[in-house]
Amino acid sequence: MAEFRLPKNSRIQKGRHFPAPSGATRVKTFQVYRWSPDDGENPRVDRYEIDLDDCGPMVLDAMIKIKNEVDPTLTFRRSCREGICGSCAFNIDGVNTLACITAIDEIKGDVKLYPLPHMPVIKDLVPDLTHFYAQYASIKPWIRTQSTPSPDKERLQSHEDRAKIDGLYECILCACCSTSCPSYWWNGDRYLGPAILLQAYRWLVDSRDEATGERLDDLEDPFKLYRCHTIMNCARTCPKGLNPAKAIAEIKQMMLARRSL
Amino acid sequence: MTTQERPLSPHLQIYRPQWTSVLSISHRLTGILLSVGLVGVVVWLVALASGPNTYEAVQALYSHPVLTIVWVAWTFALFYHLSNGVRHLFWDAGYLLDLKGAFASGMAVVCVAIVLTAISWGVWL
Repeated sequence: MAEFRLPKNSRIQKGRHFPAPSGATRVKTFQVYRWSPDDGENPRVDRYEIDLDDCGPMVLDAMIKIKNEVDPTLTFRRSCREGICGSCAFNIDGVNTLACITAIDEIKGDVKLYPLPHMPVIKDLVPDLTHFYAQYASIKPWIRTQSTPSPDKERLQSHEDRAKIDGLYECILCACCSTSCPSYWWNGDRYLGPAILLQAYRWLVDSRDEATGERLDDLEDPFKLYRCHTIMNCARTCPKGLNPAKAIAEIKQMMLARRSL
Repeated sequence: MTTQERPLSPHLQIYRPQWTSVLSISHRLTGILLSVGLVGVVVWLVALASGPNTYEAVQALYSHPVLTIVWVAWTFALFYHLSNGVRHLFWDAGYLLDLKGAFASGMAVVCVAIVLTAISWGVWL
């Protein structure tokens, strides 16, 4: 059910302030969500002033600078720094995206950094994605077949069939879309959410997969699929420019087409 | 090891409203407004059925400036909910699902609702 207020232990308090080094000319303030499991305190927002003349261009550069030079306790996930691993997904300036491909200059005013919305926080900007991954596993994201493969050949696919998974296979499972979705906020325990449904569709339209019927059976559920109300936050926020809302609508159409046969 | 119950990260409080999400929540809010306003419509119909005197009284009450504003809002809600419902039908049929289509159709829905509200209140007279 929709619970609009944050629980008592999650309400945000005023945090600490780390001023810019003296002589800094191009100062940008980063407001960063902080929470530690060890001190019994509520979450807070710390303010770090960074000299942009002494910092890389991306939000992730500033975050690494803060961690290296200002406050080593700041905790966040990052890996590839080029938008392909999906680790550094945060709510940046009110929208979910990857810190490594978001330029600091794109953001007017202070840079506000929060963990992905409506998720349990492990520490600072690190959300617990266990449930998200379990939902991903639940759609069996691999090719399922009944036929025996030819012993000397791969399962081949025409160019046209291969083109059907364009716009789907590029998903890096960063969870930006799912955690931007109000339906997923209120019903994430049972609604699969945009990222997982995009993946479900990716396997539904793969010409090599032979379990389309079973896959649709598994999704035929008032919550797993039908909580999508085309709010479109998913497509707006996807750092890879994909469109989960469209994929979900296409699953719904597959359901209909099957029923009317 | 969890030493303390994990907090929930902020959501509505920090997420920037999007044109599409604002229209989506408006669809729900106008739906609620329509249901509530329907009581007023029923009162009006009952008054109409109970003879000229009752009708005159209710009509006089409903013509109060404050209630007139409420009824204009209700009419707008009706047309917005209706045209956005049609937009949902397009989506269900597989159209307008790209961002451009969703944005433009949202703009069209608001414009249509404003125009229809204006027409039904006789703004052109």
